[in-house]
Amino acid sequence: MGTALDVRVKRAGKVYRDGEILSGVVVVTSKDTVQHQGISLTMEGSVNLQLSAKNVGVFEAFCNTAKPIQIINSTIEMVKPGKLPSGKTEIPFEFPLQMKGNKVLYETYHGVFVNIQYTLRCDMRRSLLAKDLTKTCEFIVHSLSQKGKLLPSPVDFTITPETLQNVKERASLPKFLIRGHLNSTNCVITQPLTGELVVESAEAAVKSIELQLVRVETCGCAEGYARDATEIQNIQIADGDVCRGLPIPIHMVFPRLFTCPTLETTNFKVEFEVNIVVLLHDDHLITENFPLKLCRM
Amino acid sequence: YFLRHARSRNYVSESEVCKLESVPLDFGDYHPLKPITVTESKTKKMNRKGSTSSTSSSSSSSMMDPLSSVLDGTDPLSLFAAAADPVTTAPPTDGARRKRDKDESLAVGSDFEPWSSKRGEILARYTTTEKLSINLYMGSEKGKATTAGSAVSEKVRTRLEELDDLEEGSQKELLNLTQQDYMNRIEELNQSLKDAWSSDQKVKALKIVIQCSKLLSDTTVIQFYPSKFVLITDILDTFGKLVYERILSMCVDNRVSLPDNFSPESVNDTAKETCLNWFFKIASIRELIPRFYVEAAILKCNKFLSKTGISECLPRLTSMIRGIGDPLVAVYARAYLCRVGMEVAPQLKESLNKNFFDFLLTFKQIHGDTVQNQLVVQCVEIPLYLTLYSPAIDWILQCIAYHAPDVLLTEMMERCKKLGNNALLLNSVMSAFRAEFIAARSMDFIGMIKECDESGFPKHLLFRSLGLNLALADPPENDRLQILNEAWKVITKLKNPQDYINCAEVWVEYTCRHFTKREVNTVLADVIKHMTPDRAFEDAYPQLQSIIQKVITYIYDFALLFSVEKFLPFLDMFQKESVRVEVCKCIMESFIKHQQEPTKDPVILNALLHICKTMHDSVNALTLEDEKRTLAALINGFIKMVSFGRDFEQQLSFYVEARSMFCNLEPVLVQLIHSVNQLAMETRRVMKGNHSRKTAAFVRACVAFCFITIPSLSSIFTRLNLYLHSGQVALANQCLSQADAFFKAAVSLVPEVPKMISVDGKMRPSDAFLLEFLCNFFSTLLVVPDHPEQGVLFLVRGLLNVIQDYTWEDNSDDKVRIYTNVLHLLSAMTQEAYIYHVDKVDSNDSLYGGDSKFLAEINKLSETVVSQILDHLKTLGKEETLRRQSQLALYFFNTILAHGDLRNNRLNQLSVNLWNLAQKHGFADTKTMVKTLEYIKRRSKQPEMSHFTDLSLRLPLQSRT
Repeated sequence: MGTALDVRVKRAGKVYRDGEILSGVVVVTSKDTVQHQGISLTMEGSVNLQLSAKNVGVFEAFCNTAKPIQIINSTIEMVKPGKLPSGKTEIPFEFPLQMKGNKVLYETYHGVFVNIQYTLRCDMRRSLLAKDLTKTCEFIVHSLSQKGKLLPSPVDFTITPETLQNVKERASLPKFLIRGHLNSTNCVITQPLTGELVVESAEAAVKSIELQLVRVETCGCAEGYARDATEIQNIQIADGDVCRGLPIPIHMVFPRLFTCPTLETTNFKVEFEVNIVVLLHDDHLITENFPLKLCRM
Repeated sequence: YFLRHARSRNYVSESEVCKLESVPLDFGDYHPLKPITVTESKTKKMNRKGSTSSTSSSSSSSMMDPLSSVLDGTDPLSLFAAAADPVTTAPPTDGARRKRDKDESLAVGSDFEPWSSKRGEILARYTTTEKLSINLYMGSEKGKATTAGSAVSEKVRTRLEELDDLEEGSQKELLNLTQQDYMNRIEELNQSLKDAWSSDQKVKALKIVIQCSKLLSDTTVIQFYPSKFVLITDILDTFGKLVYERILSMCVDNRVSLPDNFSPESVNDTAKETCLNWFFKIASIRELIPRFYVEAAILKCNKFLSKTGISECLPRLTSMIRGIGDPLVAVYARAYLCRVGMEVAPQLKESLNKNFFDFLLTFKQIHGDTVQNQLVVQCVEIPLYLTLYSPAIDWILQCIAYHAPDVLLTEMMERCKKLGNNALLLNSVMSAFRAEFIAARSMDFIGMIKECDESGFPKHLLFRSLGLNLALADPPENDRLQILNEAWKVITKLKNPQDYINCAEVWVEYTCRHFTKREVNTVLADVIKHMTPDRAFEDAYPQLQSIIQKVITYIYDFALLFSVEKFLPFLDMFQKESVRVEVCKCIMESFIKHQQEPTKDPVILNALLHICKTMHDSVNALTLEDEKRTLAALINGFIKMVSFGRDFEQQLSFYVEARSMFCNLEPVLVQLIHSVNQLAMETRRVMKGNHSRKTAAFVRACVAFCFITIPSLSSIFTRLNLYLHSGQVALANQCLSQADAFFKAAVSLVPEVPKMISVDGKMRPSDAFLLEFLCNFFSTLLVVPDHPEQGVLFLVRGLLNVIQDYTWEDNSDDKVRIYTNVLHLLSAMTQEAYIYHVDKVDSNDSLYGGDSKFLAEINKLSETVVSQILDHLKTLGKEETLRRQSQLALYFFNTILAHGDLRNNRLNQLSVNLWNLAQKHGFADTKTMVKTLEYIKRRSKQPEMSHFTDLSLRLPLQSRT
């Protein structure tokens, strides 16, 4: 019905980087001619911090970090007030994605407590009789490659009953020996996390071995902070009682929207960790934790 | 009132004038009906044009059905294809060849046994009677993960999920399904996958696929697992194809779709992005097994992303399988990966090998505690459990062995040996590797089979597999007997009849192929010995049947076959009638196919009579027509192959015996009558027409045989034709009273001809058949001499009376057509010398010698017939029948023209009237009329035909205005 507004960016993946030009079209479809008071395009980028339920109240009293932090906000006027012909009108645009000063363009990230989002908003102002039309379109920002920062940092690990912490009754544990390595804890976000794991021996049958990717979001300021860890994805790498002594590949692709390069700012932090979880048949759960450093190349 | 004058004719001179240029028939030439040769030709019928045609009885000189003989050879189409092939494969340019070579390495050839052929086998073999369950969780996992931290309260969320559930039929746990239910459910899922896809619910489609592949991690009711694998991988294949085609369709640029060998660069961004999305989605599937299967299913899509995608993915997926703990689940996952790999990138052999080696590494798990405990819970024995591995291992090895060098195969064998020479592996090696490879090393294999540790895998299966290979490829000459001895030593010790027969079935082929009847006899005797106790054969009919089939494929000399002493006792094991008949049919088919010479070997005759009797006795009220036809054709084939040479008496008594044996199959009786008639004619030929007292008596016996057999047939036209035919034979053999009896029987049968008869299962009007028969009959009657005690032309009159009384269709002219034809006969009868005779039989021409009383009788008859015709023509004066009137008038006119003496004024006038009647109402075909007139004019130029000139002047041509 009536007039429809749509914003389309050129790239299929909607992925842009700092310094690039965001191009696309605004599409207006209407049966009749459209009278308007001007069409403008706004690029917005902001960090939203949300406090988890347990921390609300404790914080709000002395800290104002819960307010959105604006990263970028600029508007251009696309079309001056006037008329658009009936049918489909495509108005092309080009928008430079550029930061002012030495502010950093964070990567798009959708977390639970931290959200970094970039949108293009198109507004068509109209006369009093007709409602203004608005359409927003999210686009994704990838940060520039962090050259030279990445050094491979392989980790070898051995898990035995003795290496475990937080064990209540060490005596009741079945004996086992699990060895393995991660090829690197410094990971390129587009490359999978790789490694190998060998169940050398285990008295109890193995039920499952999983890789748990955890993000750790920290919101805070000088007065104090809230730190929450949530699982992003859980990938099973072994199902059932696997063959002893046979290396099992560790392989995990980082999910696109839920990960970003490890981020540390004064107000918030986004970090990632991986847990190797071994579930034994008698419901013993063994977890080994590895902090990761993600970056984009 | 009307006198008919037949013109007198001199047939000899006439035929010389009119005869078509005669072409000698060379029977050596190719002729489409060649196997059927004319063996007798007795009566000659004169037709209007004056040329001669022959009514002949023909009999097939070859035992083979002409149709099957065509099928027997290479069929012309494939010959043509084979001939055309060199054209297409004609030496191409070097570049093109190189390209093809490359193509070949990229695609799997037709010599690779495809998965589809294994499918059915697996489904049929791995079945269960236990209850199955499907547990599908359609709830959105993703949804849960993202909403986990959201502020929506628990209560609201569960409600929303319930709504979701209703929408997607979310969690379903279906318990207590029978195997068939289960298969139906899976088929439903396959369908709903396609539906979801076509209605653009891609996420739902993916969920279905994930849930389905999840079922593969469930090993309860383990004996059904291979079949489950087949069913579910079907769904995965569907999914893989859907995704691939969808992405491919996105690549269509300007309506030009991508070539088959596209490079990733030519794929547009949208397609790539979609493809990438699929891979990301799949990479985030939580559980290992669904993640593996779904990714393997869309392996082909890697082609859109990069050139090396597939070659990078395969090794990764291969090592991913190491995470699957259950060895059975893992080995099937490997089989699936090999299957997809062979389809998408058969050139990547490395992963195939890696899969197999990985499998060998995990082989010890099979005997580990986890597996053993599971088997105890499910009450599954180790031998059964091990056989579950076979389809998967067979498949993997088949992929590896495809076009692989012998070195690799030897290496594989060595590796298997190292693993304690395991029986399971050995079996798979034998079923997957090339038969030639196995056969050449048969003795080694026998050694290995003997040595290999039992570990539960049944040894008879090993011998069976070896036997299958030996049926396909020949082992070295020197080893052959030893191989048989070694193998049979083990086989004969098998206690379980099923195990035994499965093995024996396979080895019979090897025995028949390489050894003499002595060995075959021994083997058959051994089978009988094993299968008789406790009527074990009852459960083994298919195998026993296949044994018979193999034996007759290799021993098709029936004299030799029946000299195998145990062959007939072996047949006695088929006690269930349907099976026995099937076996008999096989044997008879083989006999008809292979027997070249007629035989009188009493052993063959006895045995085959027994077999045919068995087939015949299986016929009952419920037997299908088709089945009866098949059986009769087989028995007929046999009867035709029996010949006692010059011992005609023996031959006849064989036919008598056959008649008593096969009385329920009409086609057999018909064949017997034909055979006996043929025998009578053969006797006549041997005696050169002059029967001695002995042969005359024999011929009369033949005739009597026919006479008493014909009434037992049910088809009226068969009876009529056989009466006529046998009458002709009797006449030819100077059995005049017998011939009369046949003809009388035929005459008295005519009134019984029904209006409709069933032809090939459809009801058809019988008039055309009757017309044909009567014409044929009248032609024969010309030469039949009158019976001294009956009146003149007794048979003709009798037949005319019957025709008169027969209830014809109201609107048919058949009666008049026959009458017109009778005029032909009558005119021929008035001639001084008849157009044809039967050798050594005096026909009416010499009996009466042109006696005027005889001629007067004929004239009286003609008069009656002509008046009948004219009456009928009058009744056709109505508007709607004018066309018929015109046709009949012209037909009658032509008859008079050909047979009448037109110098007679009244006849002349009649013909003019008929001519005018034919044209009166404008229904005459102008072309025909013009042609007829031209003919008359031409005839008038011949000597003694000058009156035709006058006639032609009196015949006006009506112009069409």
